[in-house]
Amino acid sequence: MAYSTKVIDHYENPRNVGSLPKDDVNVGTGLVGAPECGDVMKLQVKVNPQTGVIDDAKFKTFGCGSAIASSSLATEWLKGKTVEEALAIKNTDIVTELSLPPVKIHCSVLAEDAIKAAIADYKKKQGTSAEKGAGDDTHAQPTA
Amino acid sequence: MSVKLPIYLDYHATTPVDPRVVEEMLPYFTKQFGNAASRNHPFGWEAEEAVEKARKQVGDLIGANAKEIVFTSGATESDNLAIKGAAEMYREKGNHIITCVTEHKAVIDTCKRLEKEGFRVTYLPVRKDGRISLDDLKAAITDKTILITIMTANNEIGVIQPVAEIGAIAKEKGILFHTDAVQAVGKVPFNVNDLKVDMASISAHKMYGPKGVGALYVRRRNPRVLLAPLIDGGGHERGMRSGTLNVPGIVGFGKAAELCRQEMESDTKRLSGLRDRLNARLHKGLDEIYINGSMEHRLPHNLNISFAYVEGESLLMGINDVAVSSGSACTSASLEPSYVLKALGAGDDLAHSSIRFGLGRWTTEEEIDYVADKLTTVVTRLREMSPLYELAKEGVDLSTMQWQTEGH
Repeated sequence: MAYSTKVIDHYENPRNVGSLPKDDVNVGTGLVGAPECGDVMKLQVKVNPQTGVIDDAKFKTFGCGSAIASSSLATEWLKGKTVEEALAIKNTDIVTELSLPPVKIHCSVLAEDAIKAAIADYKKKQGTSAEKGAGDDTHAQPTA
Repeated sequence: MSVKLPIYLDYHATTPVDPRVVEEMLPYFTKQFGNAASRNHPFGWEAEEAVEKARKQVGDLIGANAKEIVFTSGATESDNLAIKGAAEMYREKGNHIITCVTEHKAVIDTCKRLEKEGFRVTYLPVRKDGRISLDDLKAAITDKTILITIMTANNEIGVIQPVAEIGAIAKEKGILFHTDAVQAVGKVPFNVNDLKVDMASISAHKMYGPKGVGALYVRRRNPRVLLAPLIDGGGHERGMRSGTLNVPGIVGFGKAAELCRQEMESDTKRLSGLRDRLNARLHKGLDEIYINGSMEHRLPHNLNISFAYVEGESLLMGINDVAVSSGSACTSASLEPSYVLKALGAGDDLAHSSIRFGLGRWTTEEEIDYVADKLTTVVTRLREMSPLYELAKEGVDLSTMQWQTEGH
């Protein structure tokens, strides 16, 4: 199979590989896929509590070159976006940007799932910590 | 010394034609171009003589009489002819066939076709080492069993089945025994009488001969095997396979067989040495790598390894100057991981992480060292970006984790 030059570039020079502290209340972690399906993506976002903007994003992916490229690209796009803007990223945007062939569309779907899962985790943490911290008003970040 | 790239380590898929074979074939394209079935002029006689010489060369390689060799277009046709031909011929005796889950698709899909036509097929499981259990085989035999078809050596994991033992059981029960011997013939000793094989499929292009030519060994006595032909026509090949013979291809096949017979011992010694070197070097550089299938009962030029926590296709991308194949779903047309590796019970994740190395006549030590070192680097890099590796290092048991699998 021939890969697009963008897929090869992300595979050879993946952006933002790594991990953020998953217990940090401002970090959301998404882990999607399954080893027996041949794809697992871990995607993390770190949200600035003051601005609601994603300051940092990291990924680790077990999967084919297109899966690595999709998650690498996703982390690039996430940085600087608000949580709501991040939720607007569609798998089709990834397909277009990376020129993924039809058999690799599932890689982009997985990347979108990973973004949604990471943000859902972040929101959940914010919800719980907001309850816990009710009254001491140190957690006044936007949640919706 | 620098190695020449790309490096070919996919000799189970096909082999280059040995230049000595090509040389032997060339006159039969232009000067001695006759039809081997032309009985009334020297062009035909020359072609027939060349075909009969090749028939003997192929027969000699497997301990068969030349008359027992039926030339075909390749091993897929040979498998089809053996299985469908025997099924049709012996239908009145019974309708049960025994095969195995790790067979080549040419055998499995042929058996599936026969199931649609009213035959019953038992697909024996394999143990973790890739071999069938003889007790399973014995238990599967009924008074309706007419054919056992079990491959000699597997094309993915190189595991060699207990062919002689299967042959003895088949003989005792009076059941025909066919073996797809494509990967084994020319590489390891294979004798149809020692192994008590009634039919054997062989392919020229897996043993340094040309593509498009193969053979089916069909036993002529004790018992005399009869097959219904798949292709009707001029009655070539004792009526079992009509069609003008591919004379240059057959000549090449014969020469390739002769060379394999002469060089098998030295090739085997050299290649098993290189294969063990590759294995040792990989194990030295990497932890958590697993050999798929028995190391004891294995072709000397095969290695199949799963690199845990790394997906096969991404691994192949990282070693794109090395030609190998992977059991990963992403590298197959079906998007399913290797059914052979799944049958070993290793788990789909390890099937996705596997690479098959096939060494051959022109593999060098420099190439082996290059491949081992490059793989070590790439696997290490990919593990650094693998969430599975990270989880495993944190002590998480991946097999008990809840994965979100819906939709994938």
